[in-house]
Amino acid sequence: MRIGVMVCHAAREFPDVVFATDHMYACSDPGQGTIEQTIRSLKLDGVVVASCSPRMHEVTFRRAVERAGLNRYMFEMANIREHVAWISLDRKRNTEKATDLVRMAVEKLRHNRPLTAKSFEVQKRVLIIGAGVAGIQAALDCAEGGLDVILVERRQSIGGVMSKLDKTFPTVDCSVCVLGPKMVDVGQHPRITLLALSEVEELSGYVGNFEVKIRKKSAFVDWTKCTGCGACLEKCPSKKVRDSHNEGITTTTAITIPFPQAIPKRAAIDPAVCLHFTKGKCGVCKKVCPADAIDYDMQDEIVTEKVGAVIAATGLDLFDHRKCGEYGGGRYPDVITSLQYERMLSASGPTAGHIKRPSDGTEPKTVVFISCVGSRDRSVDRPYCSNFCCMYTAKQAILTRDHIPDSRAYVFYMDIRATGKGYEEFVRRAQEEYEVQYIRGRVAQIYPTTGEDGNQLMVRGADTLLGTQVEIKADLVVLAVGAESAHGAPALAEKLRISYDAYGFFLESHPKLRPVETNTVGVFLAGACQAPKDIPASVAQASAAAGKVLALLSKDKLESDPQIAQVQTMRCIGCGKCERTCPFGAIRMRELRDGSKRAEVVETVCQGCGICSVTCPVRAIQLAHFTDSQLLAEVNALCRTWDETTES
Amino acid sequence: MQTPVRPLNLAQARDPDFQAAVARDSGQHLASCYQCGNCTAGCSYTPDYDFPVHQVMRLVQLGLKESALSCRSIWLCATCQACTTRCPNNIDVARVMDVLRHMARQAGYAPEPGVKTFTDSFLASVAKHGRVFEVGLAAVFAIKSGKPLQDAGLGLPMLTHGKLSLTPHEPEGNGKAEVAAIFARFDRVAAQKARAHSPGETPGNGKKGGGE
Amino acid sequence: MSAAPSNPLTLAYYPGCSQTGTAAEYDRSSRACCAALGVELVDVPDWTCCGSTPAHTVDHFLAGALAARNLLQAELAGHDRVTTPCPSCLAALRTASHHLAEAPAENGAPQDSGPNYRAEVERLLDRPAPLRATAVSVLQVLTEDVGVEAIASAVTRPLTGLRVAPYYGCIMNRPPGLMQFDDPENPTAMDRVLEACGATVVDYPFKTECCGAAFGMPRLDIMQRLSARLLDMAASCGVDAIVVACPLCQMNLDLRRGQVNAFSHSQGGTHHAMPVPYFTQLLGLALGLPESGLGLDKLVLPLGPALTAARAREDERIARTQAELAAKAARKNGTSANGNGSKENTPCA
Repeated sequence: MRIGVMVCHAAREFPDVVFATDHMYACSDPGQGTIEQTIRSLKLDGVVVASCSPRMHEVTFRRAVERAGLNRYMFEMANIREHVAWISLDRKRNTEKATDLVRMAVEKLRHNRPLTAKSFEVQKRVLIIGAGVAGIQAALDCAEGGLDVILVERRQSIGGVMSKLDKTFPTVDCSVCVLGPKMVDVGQHPRITLLALSEVEELSGYVGNFEVKIRKKSAFVDWTKCTGCGACLEKCPSKKVRDSHNEGITTTTAITIPFPQAIPKRAAIDPAVCLHFTKGKCGVCKKVCPADAIDYDMQDEIVTEKVGAVIAATGLDLFDHRKCGEYGGGRYPDVITSLQYERMLSASGPTAGHIKRPSDGTEPKTVVFISCVGSRDRSVDRPYCSNFCCMYTAKQAILTRDHIPDSRAYVFYMDIRATGKGYEEFVRRAQEEYEVQYIRGRVAQIYPTTGEDGNQLMVRGADTLLGTQVEIKADLVVLAVGAESAHGAPALAEKLRISYDAYGFFLESHPKLRPVETNTVGVFLAGACQAPKDIPASVAQASAAAGKVLALLSKDKLESDPQIAQVQTMRCIGCGKCERTCPFGAIRMRELRDGSKRAEVVETVCQGCGICSVTCPVRAIQLAHFTDSQLLAEVNALCRTWDETTES
Repeated sequence: MQTPVRPLNLAQARDPDFQAAVARDSGQHLASCYQCGNCTAGCSYTPDYDFPVHQVMRLVQLGLKESALSCRSIWLCATCQACTTRCPNNIDVARVMDVLRHMARQAGYAPEPGVKTFTDSFLASVAKHGRVFEVGLAAVFAIKSGKPLQDAGLGLPMLTHGKLSLTPHEPEGNGKAEVAAIFARFDRVAAQKARAHSPGETPGNGKKGGGE
Repeated sequence: MSAAPSNPLTLAYYPGCSQTGTAAEYDRSSRACCAALGVELVDVPDWTCCGSTPAHTVDHFLAGALAARNLLQAELAGHDRVTTPCPSCLAALRTASHHLAEAPAENGAPQDSGPNYRAEVERLLDRPAPLRATAVSVLQVLTEDVGVEAIASAVTRPLTGLRVAPYYGCIMNRPPGLMQFDDPENPTAMDRVLEACGATVVDYPFKTECCGAAFGMPRLDIMQRLSARLLDMAASCGVDAIVVACPLCQMNLDLRRGQVNAFSHSQGGTHHAMPVPYFTQLLGLALGLPESGLGLDKLVLPLGPALTAARAREDERIARTQAELAAKAARKNGTSANGNGSKENTPCA
């Protein structure tokens, strides 16, 4: 066998190695050219590149090897960057370890065999989870690109956080007016199947051929009959239900349509508060429904869909300010969240756009905004910046001055992060044109004033630029609560087999170069499920994810990875352990004519994880490209001392 | 507060040993402070400070030993823990203030002589009796502080409400002697440390002792 | 040394220096309440000063040694839990036990290249530092070991109608990592005890604001300003009394009231006459304990007028309610005569 070793620095002689060289940037165009030329001129059978992590560049080198006429699996990479250079400064020991790694790679390569990929059909359909602005955008882009879209939204209506916003920054245009038409498009698009009030139950399969089970939760209303007329809402006797679309600043009924622009505009009953379910003695909605759509016996339904790709667009939730005891911990009615304020500002909101103090309904004259509540705060385990609060706070301060011209608006901030297009100008406008008073410092405490000057809130903070303590008597305090991963995000990530960080945000495959991919091929990310993002960034990422899906599913067939489990039928004793341990359901037990059983790998489903291989009691399963002999060759290379190697 | 006439030369002014000592003795990661001002905002004593708490933290971050140790704020901190409780970076700010006060003491600063006298008198009372003898402490403080009549008005209500205990309630057993021994050992250790650490260290002009 | 306690609610008791002098009534009422509620207190033998605030402002190891000596005394007497009414003592004792637990007894390397706390404390103590003993406040024992329900059921003379502001002081609950008790921003333990006593507890916004601590002597001006703020807020809440759990707070608000009022006057503020009882004194009253055992006479501002005023208000309210009830007698029969809470009730005797 003739092997070539390309190392960034330091080459040694190994068995079968006929050529070794170093190159400054092996992955560069000339670097790859060198590899190709060398393979041809020296008639190499395989190549080892000692450089960086295979995660990024293995594909690149495999292509280079292939261009030179070799099988792409006759290539090995020794990671002497992440595993050596980046983790220690000890040159001598680094060199020793790098040498070991290269030797292992050479030994592995000596046992490699050419492998060939097979191809399989793909489902030209995509599952999109979450129908906020990101999910909506991704759905429309995919559908326009010719894919069938299954759009799953766990709430009753699509629209997400954006549908709750009054205006958007920095243009100050009406949020739902911009989003509304897109929502309607989703509802009407022939290629989009919208499943609202639904959640992903289970995802199996692999890129190109996923199978998803979706739980359609019972609305207790037959949506094929419901016309969204709203007669039931008017008559429902439970009127004290927390209105989650309005962030609890008003109440709603047990049977609801969340908001006028809702898509689908269908009623649903919340059985936790409906008198029919809690007390067993109401049936008003059923009586008044002109379409006879109410069905108290309705059950959840599980639907199964086959898709070729998945986009997660589950968005974000907001920090619960009840954790901030110094701001009242939710005890003071006139300390509200930014999203509650947003509902109040909204002309289609519960106060018809009038700013009113929750405590007494009066118009506030002094409004204090506090930034970074639940952001950049290690004491509540939220060390990250939530990205968009600076901007919405500036917007809300501007709108406050707009709605109530004789009001004063104060913003306590630590730093202003206004990095988007037109953002800095927008913040400056708040300060200069709208005379919003920005105060650089945090607020330590809010307490109600009592007695004669009661009914207000004393906000005690610092002005660090002045180096002093400051106090403002406020009528209303708006907390710029930070972003959190969506409730239940980690559980969904585990169903999708994708990674998530300590805060529940989904992990992209590479922070720079694969920002919409995940480590599970065929599963993509869009919007704030990956990290806190504002609307333009969410929309951009959604279109990017849609583009990735369209590119992936533009092919009629995909190549399967040949690095999969292979059963040696002669050895298999049919014990079935592998079938039970396989996390992907990729092993079936096949019955032979004599009634005995043998394991069989479903090649397109196998992910090559190797669990079956280590489970098998008789070593009847080998993982191609990671066979026992290949791995033992590496182990032997590592355990042999250098001297022995050179002597042999 | 001094008004610098020239720009502060950050490289020259920084005392890395001081920074390391504060970090070590307080166990706090001082670079974590991002100067949000929450400590200052919640501190009941900010109006009385010459440097608000966040600026004291800043002085330490920049290694400005002289300014940090000579300031009044570190003597006026009552360790009410508001800053420590609310710090978004989990810094035990009150402990940093404590450590600065220790250093200031060792270096001979006392910009708040009354506070120092009170502390000394309190601990002297403990060293002598094993417990604080409140009336004795008040009397000693009244004399040493030069404000003999400040609390004279409290005598009558204390007497009429049976709070004026003219004899110390000392521990019944060995406690008194043990406490005295703790103080004796502490003084010995402190003297050793003072000799070992900074034989020639003297604070800046007019910072030592000083009247109000 | 004492044998294993037969009563599961037996704790070592650390009175603290103030409780032998200016805060004798806190000591007396704490003991009386504990005894009445089945908590057996055994004094830490030969206890000495915990070091309080002055010690830690001078040196952390000196403070540690002074506190640790008392924990050790309790531990040698067979107690792992020491209870004390005083928050300053509590903070000193808990700080010591916390740091001693951080630095284990084995002669390991100093943590974070800093000095080894246990070794330094033992150097000053000249004997092994305590291993397990730690401190809890009397308030915590009463709310967590005894429980508010048990207190409520033991109340015989509810303080109905008495409006109180619960004032915890700065260090009963702070810093939360060290104190591990109640909410650091909005503690409610004392609220719940006082509600169990039948009093009406207002949402006092300055529950944990500093009163000026020990600055009464060295910087009277600071103490005056801070304590005046507390009184102003309590007055605007319309309470009959500020209820405290700290001898230093009590002294500043009660014994030094003349000084605080003098400051208020100079600022054009109001004269405050509201009394400042310890929560244990009010609890004792509600439990029906004899007044002599609660040291009510030691309060500079007398509690009596507040109790009388509350009683008068309550009588009037009951008369009014009864008149209304009489009018509606045909439809309704009787009110809920529950024993506790700020509900209709017989005035406290």
